[in-house]
Amino acid sequence: MLRLINFLYNYRAFFTFLSLEIFCAWLWVENSQYQNTQFFNSSNRIAAGIMGAAQRTREYLSLRDVNRELSIENAQLRTLVERLNSGEMPVLIADSLTRFDFIGAKVINNSVAQFKNHITINRGTDEGLQPGMAVISTSGVVGKVKSVSEHFAVVTSLLNTDEQVSSVLKRTGSFGTSQWDGIDPLFVKLHYIPRHVRPEVGDSVVTSGYNAVFPEGILIGVISKVDLKEEAQFFDIQLALAQDFRRLSYVKVVRSMLKNEIDSLESHAQR
Amino acid sequence: MNRSGIFVFVYFVLYMLAQVMLLKQLILFNTAFCFVYVAFILMLPIETNPLVLMLAGFLMGFSIDVFYDSLGLHAMSLILVSYLRNYWLTTITPQGGYDAGQGPTLAVNGLQWFMVYALPLVFLHHFILFFAEAGGFGIFWYTMLKVIASLTFTMTVILLLQYFSFERRR
Repeated sequence: MLRLINFLYNYRAFFTFLSLEIFCAWLWVENSQYQNTQFFNSSNRIAAGIMGAAQRTREYLSLRDVNRELSIENAQLRTLVERLNSGEMPVLIADSLTRFDFIGAKVINNSVAQFKNHITINRGTDEGLQPGMAVISTSGVVGKVKSVSEHFAVVTSLLNTDEQVSSVLKRTGSFGTSQWDGIDPLFVKLHYIPRHVRPEVGDSVVTSGYNAVFPEGILIGVISKVDLKEEAQFFDIQLALAQDFRRLSYVKVVRSMLKNEIDSLESHAQR
Repeated sequence: MNRSGIFVFVYFVLYMLAQVMLLKQLILFNTAFCFVYVAFILMLPIETNPLVLMLAGFLMGFSIDVFYDSLGLHAMSLILVSYLRNYWLTTITPQGGYDAGQGPTLAVNGLQWFMVYALPLVFLHHFILFFAEAGGFGIFWYTMLKVIASLTFTMTVILLLQYFSFERRR
């Protein structure tokens, strides 16, 4: 026993090193896998406060882009209202309005150059945010809420190699999965489009209704490259993202009214 | 807390704030990152206890992780650097040994020694960091490009800081 203690004591630096490394590796694996409401990320008050201060000074540089985006969206919404008033649009819109509720939020921290990018936004549990909610922008899909504090939330960006979004090729109606390959922040890959489909450059790809998170039909991107290898089962498709993530300043969090209902129904059915 | 302890604490805060407020946004060509906070561990006095070093490395890495939303990643890389630092210092002891109470700085030991000291440790840090983040060797060459580009960027900034403090002292 004494010899064991002596041994441990003599190599205490190494054992401390080993246990710290194992602890950190565990944190890292755990952190990239689950959605949770943890404290140690950029949604905590101190970190978000410091980054918010840095963001406020940078904000002025992007005002021109923000203004342009907002005026474009305004025009689109006006057109929509006009069409609704004239009775052109069916009741479908009213239906999706009750299913989803939108919360506007400002981006206070964003990155595109890492392999696992996250976005911090300035809305939290006090506005009803929960892990797992979808985040979209004026142009398209942004990501999923990962963890929430009282006033801030961390969003897993679509530019995160772990993030997968169930997608559908709008023209042909075939389903696939969009996932980032970690290299170019302007493009993502679309997987699992089978051989018999004929995708073409310029086709738009939107979110599918096969999940309770994203509303159906939110634009992800436009096909920019199609490739089919000799023996491959699926196409290699590259999408040009609808949202330029380098210029993200305002986003909307989607609160799905029916998410709990769908989830509990599905878990009952699986049992 | 003694005088040098307060200095170490001030450096800790300065390196961390510089990293998360300034350098986090400063990414060149979408590949070159500057992780200057490694210099905090590299610059601690030569006779620092390895356990203290590792604790400092853990605290620094962990704080950086909170801001980068990558819990464990930076801490993991920095603890490895803090563990190996003292062994590496012993291996590359210059003729006549180190002067007592001196830091392992460029001003004391010269540019050539400093490069031999800092370059492998910073490389190791970046290597572990980027490959752990990529989740393996799946996109090897692109990850390697990031490692090399960031190594160049970080080392440039560390050297500039060294010359800066060097000039001031003389």
